[in-house]
Amino acid sequence: MSANVLNIMDPAAGNGGKTHRRVVVCAGTGCMANGSTEVIAAFEQQIKAAGIDVTTEFKPEPTHDLRLNKSGCQGFCQMGPLVTILPEEILYTKVKVADVAEIVTQTLMNHQVVDRLLYVDPGTKKHCKGTHDIPFYQRQQRYVLSECGTIDPEDIHEYMHHGGYVAAKKAILHLTPEQIVQEITKSGLRGRGGGGFPTGRKWEAARIQKSAKKYVICNADEGDPGAFMNRSVMEGNPHSVLEGLMIAARAIGADETLIYVRTEYPLAVARMRRAVEDARKMGFLGSNSFGSGHPLNCEVMEGAGAFVCGEETAMIASIEGQRGMPRPKPPFPAQSGLWGKPTIINNVETLAHVVRIINQGADTFRKLGSTASPGTKTFALTGHVANTGLVEVPFGTTLRDVVINIGGGITDRHGKVKPNGFKAVQIGGPSGGCLTAAHLDLPLDYDSLRSVGAMVGSGGLVAMNEKTCMVAIARFFMDFTQRESCGKCVLCREGTRQLLSMLDDIIAGRATGETLVLMEKLALAVQKGSLCGLGKTAPNPVLSTLRYFRHEYDEHVFHKHCPTGQCKALAKPSIDAAKCKGCGACARKCPVGAISGERKKPHAIDPSKCIVCGSCADTCKFDAVVGV
Amino acid sequence: MRQLPKIDGNGRKFVKVFTILEKHGRKSSRLVPILQAVQEEYRYLPEEVLTYVATALDVSPARVFGVATFYSHFAITPKGKHIIRFCDGTACHVKDSVPILEAVRKQLKLDGKKNTTDDMLFTVETVACLGACGLAPVMVVDEQVHGQMTPAAGVKLVEEIIAKEQS
Repeated sequence: MSANVLNIMDPAAGNGGKTHRRVVVCAGTGCMANGSTEVIAAFEQQIKAAGIDVTTEFKPEPTHDLRLNKSGCQGFCQMGPLVTILPEEILYTKVKVADVAEIVTQTLMNHQVVDRLLYVDPGTKKHCKGTHDIPFYQRQQRYVLSECGTIDPEDIHEYMHHGGYVAAKKAILHLTPEQIVQEITKSGLRGRGGGGFPTGRKWEAARIQKSAKKYVICNADEGDPGAFMNRSVMEGNPHSVLEGLMIAARAIGADETLIYVRTEYPLAVARMRRAVEDARKMGFLGSNSFGSGHPLNCEVMEGAGAFVCGEETAMIASIEGQRGMPRPKPPFPAQSGLWGKPTIINNVETLAHVVRIINQGADTFRKLGSTASPGTKTFALTGHVANTGLVEVPFGTTLRDVVINIGGGITDRHGKVKPNGFKAVQIGGPSGGCLTAAHLDLPLDYDSLRSVGAMVGSGGLVAMNEKTCMVAIARFFMDFTQRESCGKCVLCREGTRQLLSMLDDIIAGRATGETLVLMEKLALAVQKGSLCGLGKTAPNPVLSTLRYFRHEYDEHVFHKHCPTGQCKALAKPSIDAAKCKGCGACARKCPVGAISGERKKPHAIDPSKCIVCGSCADTCKFDAVVGV
Repeated sequence: MRQLPKIDGNGRKFVKVFTILEKHGRKSSRLVPILQAVQEEYRYLPEEVLTYVATALDVSPARVFGVATFYSHFAITPKGKHIIRFCDGTACHVKDSVPILEAVRKQLKLDGKKNTTDDMLFTVETVACLGACGLAPVMVVDEQVHGQMTPAAGVKLVEEIIAKEQS
């Protein structure tokens, strides 16, 4: 393979005959689980075997014909491992080791697209060549995630080549703390971790404190089940988080920073540690940060598996080596935080936005999103949607746009898209609420979500199809918060336990009308009587499902019937004689012999024998088994 | 300030703990990372080690025990050789993660209260969310993530480990 052939593809050829041609393999948690490490190794071996001049390192000026690099999470995990060929922007999905040879010969050497590895739009059945063709990416506006998926997260030089650390350097050497805080305040940036508190105001409160010692903590304890935005940013572009952290430190006058990462994210921990190490080697961190004469240090600490540590004061307790229990505010951490010193705690995504604001200015940042919620927000779209993954859209985008248009529609239990399958979206994790089809045109921003009893939270969006029992979902979240309650406030500790047992009663058919009344009363009491965000928001899933799906609760309580058939104790499976073909498949599968009938005639279930396992419904090809 | 008690690393059992404590400057503020390192070494937190850590840091054993029991990552009972973790985050849950957990528990004769097999070969745990929601439902066997699982595939993975152990 000669270099000349490879050059043809490069529109910007002219730099010494070498090109920017690249093979990028996603190495996020999802793709690595699907074998991307082996795919990278296979590429390296096969490319070399084909005689192509290849490098795995970043060089500002291309020195080789081809660069092979891994990237962070591209947010399309379900289709992984993902392989992108640049500059053609071809995206191959679900690439296995066995496919590598074909990509090398077909695409790298002969410039042919391997059709069978392209993404096929489930709606139009069209083969999409690259991200610009795929509806999932087309409707997104990626800023925080813009470099995730192309740059090598473990290479500081590549980050710097893309304008990295310019903002931090500017902030540390040329801006005063007042100027930085002013710019952030002007941008209207609000905390992306859940509360939506204005970042500028938080910083100002810490800046004006007179103290020789101040701290900045990056909250990377992303505990919401069903959310992985922060993980993706840390895995894909760890330096952007670190740079934001440095700017924050300069803004309030702190010389020590700390990144508190969930221990469940080993790859994010490793990449953040590597980023800190490399920044130290470059002199950005250390005793003489950016040559300013001032010290700036950073430490990465792993959490130990407690959801409540995502709360600011609980996180501080955890860093101090205590049980992670919150304390009353005020004093706010900005006044008295870690070791009693002024401390600010910012979410991963918030810090990544800070870099852009310092680079491009507050006005550019405000161009996207709504007036009260400017900028973009990443959401983790999961559950019963065709395209699960990471989505970044401006605030104010409607729920319909995200779930139906980007998500590609609601799927059934077999993964097929069902046009009218939408039932609800759970937003904001265990602290958030459920939204219904009536909210599909609601703009996603802090204030409109709050007005309907939900919250942005950290950005987990779990779509649910019509076969999902909302009482069971409320129970799922209550089980989570009950386990994660730290136990300090009685109403949270005991209240969540009681709410859980009431939900258990409803699901098991033991509840009465009084249960519902009591549950609602207790939910409001827990909200009022808890100190921190965990307790205050713990009843939200119950209250929001009661508000929008009251009829489902009523069905469970008064008619001992679960409309979706998910609650096993209430299920009464039967066979729809009109649909049953009498094939006998269910009878053979039934573990207790509860199904009988003549061949080619409708079968029947004996309720006295049935254990409601649901295997008949799974087996039946004609959907003739109902009620389970 | 009180003088820290003198603790040496000569008690052969605690040499490793001693090294960990030294690395963290024997500061009680480092309790969480210290316990993480200890657990990495012993795979759980034995009671006598917790007492040793408390003495070395000059804090009460109750404080150390309090921290060790607060965080779900810490285990005060021994874990099996192979650790199987089931994600029960929202995305995995709505995509039917529970039947997979139940199938593997049944296979290994475990339940919600008993998490480790008698032969100490397996420990089965649930975790709130691994952040691999795009691959839901997810099962992690010894740090290896397996996505889009089914009960049958879960049982097969465990069978493979058992077969390997027996050969």
